[in-house]
Amino acid sequence: MAIRIHIPTPMRQHTDGKAVVEVTGITIKAALDDLGRKFPAVVQRIFENGQVRRFVNVYLNDEDVRYLDNLQTAVKDGDEVSIIPAVAGG
Amino acid sequence: MTDFVRGLKCRLCGKTYGKEPLNFCTEDFGPLEVDYDYDGIKEVLSRDKLALRLNNMWRFHELLPLDGEPTVGAQVGGTPLMRADRLAETLGVDRLWLKNDAVNFPTLSFKDRVVAVALSKAREFGFKTVGCASTGNLANSVAANAAAAGLESYIFIPSDLEKSKVLGTSIYGAKVVGVSGTYDEVNRLCTQVAFKYGWGFVNINLRPFYAEGSKTVGFEIAEQLGWRTPQHVVVPMAGGSLIGKVQKGFQELARVGLLDNPACKIHGAQPAGCNPISSAVKNGADTHRPIRKPDTIAKSLAIGDPADGYFAIKVIRGSGGWAEDVTDAEIAEAMLLLARTEGVFAETAGGVTVAVARKLIEQGRIPRDEEVVLCITGNGLKTQDAVTGCLEEPAVIKPSLAAFEALREGTRETAMV
Repeated sequence: MAIRIHIPTPMRQHTDGKAVVEVTGITIKAALDDLGRKFPAVVQRIFENGQVRRFVNVYLNDEDVRYLDNLQTAVKDGDEVSIIPAVAGG
Repeated sequence: MTDFVRGLKCRLCGKTYGKEPLNFCTEDFGPLEVDYDYDGIKEVLSRDKLALRLNNMWRFHELLPLDGEPTVGAQVGGTPLMRADRLAETLGVDRLWLKNDAVNFPTLSFKDRVVAVALSKAREFGFKTVGCASTGNLANSVAANAAAAGLESYIFIPSDLEKSKVLGTSIYGAKVVGVSGTYDEVNRLCTQVAFKYGWGFVNINLRPFYAEGSKTVGFEIAEQLGWRTPQHVVVPMAGGSLIGKVQKGFQELARVGLLDNPACKIHGAQPAGCNPISSAVKNGADTHRPIRKPDTIAKSLAIGDPADGYFAIKVIRGSGGWAEDVTDAEIAEAMLLLARTEGVFAETAGGVTVAVARKLIEQGRIPRDEEVVLCITGNGLKTQDAVTGCLEEPAVIKPSLAAFEALREGTRETAMV
């Protein structure tokens, strides 16, 4: 078991075409750090100066992590983390 | 039809893209926007030329992002700019107008403008299936315009939407999916669906094109005022896109030589139960704080995490405008006021706009001797529940003159139901 990170389609050019990347970690931050070790290019695009960029949302099992504990939100094996562009709707 | 679109451009880093169904930059997730050849447009457009064209939004086609003629919504726009003297008197300002998109064609909201662009573009890209995440008005418009264009449509809405907005979507044969969650959750789901299925979602992968349709509200206001801007506009805010596009409309007209001065104070209006943008403006914040569970009768404005919140705040502040929010009771009262002074039955968002205008006038942010345009974006027939409780039931009498006379004199209370 591991944590599964879902990558949005236009960003898969930075993950060798992978839609889902399996990582380990006990927080969202740690899980994304592990993603960064595997595919640094994608994580560079998610973060800027240590913060999630303005137009990126991160979800844990369909809940926006800003309504949880943000990057410190605890994760466990089997969790699904989704990186979703925020520029939509309205 | 000459096409003046160069491509798409990231609003953050400036990276350029071709014309493609993509809404965000693959470098920094920034929003993509259409990039035009304004010098080329300036050469071909003039006020005289425009005067000869039909009265719909496509009279400004050089400033809209299609390769060819519109194939969807060819008659959208050209709504009235109404002088509203009776409302002005009540609010205590000298000169007030309503930009009345409550009578936009075909589905009675400003969303017909954005959908006309998005679905015409969807056809240029070759999409057969289209969709949207919607708080109601967009649902109606995508469903109707997709039906007319022979496109299959999937419409995702919060499951607690007003019945008339659901019915006004299903009637067109759209596949309506009610999602048990907030609009923001619907929106997130749609982003996932759009990329997984490769469909044309008007406010997701087609969003850069879609959003351009809203500029025509600004174009029309300026032209209808005699090629000038008002000193103030008040615009309702949900996702925060329209308010920026109204300003962009004024600025583009100036850029292509149709308007001398695009200056206008841009004010934003939100319901108190969902006010991420107005509260950021009032608190001096650069970014909005998302609201997890919006709670307002103005469901069309119930977007807790507005995609264009950041830009809307900048537009308001940069223009010298302000933002305010109003309670459900103030919204309903303002809907009645608008109906009873101007004969315009606007939806809840219109009540928000009128009530916020009143507040801004009382605060002195809109001086009483300056010109104001209120953007009325949707029709009250779609949100009747919001005012049902404020209205007297009609009297029921026997078909006799005596019964009417009794009613008229108020002598027989039993004549009133």
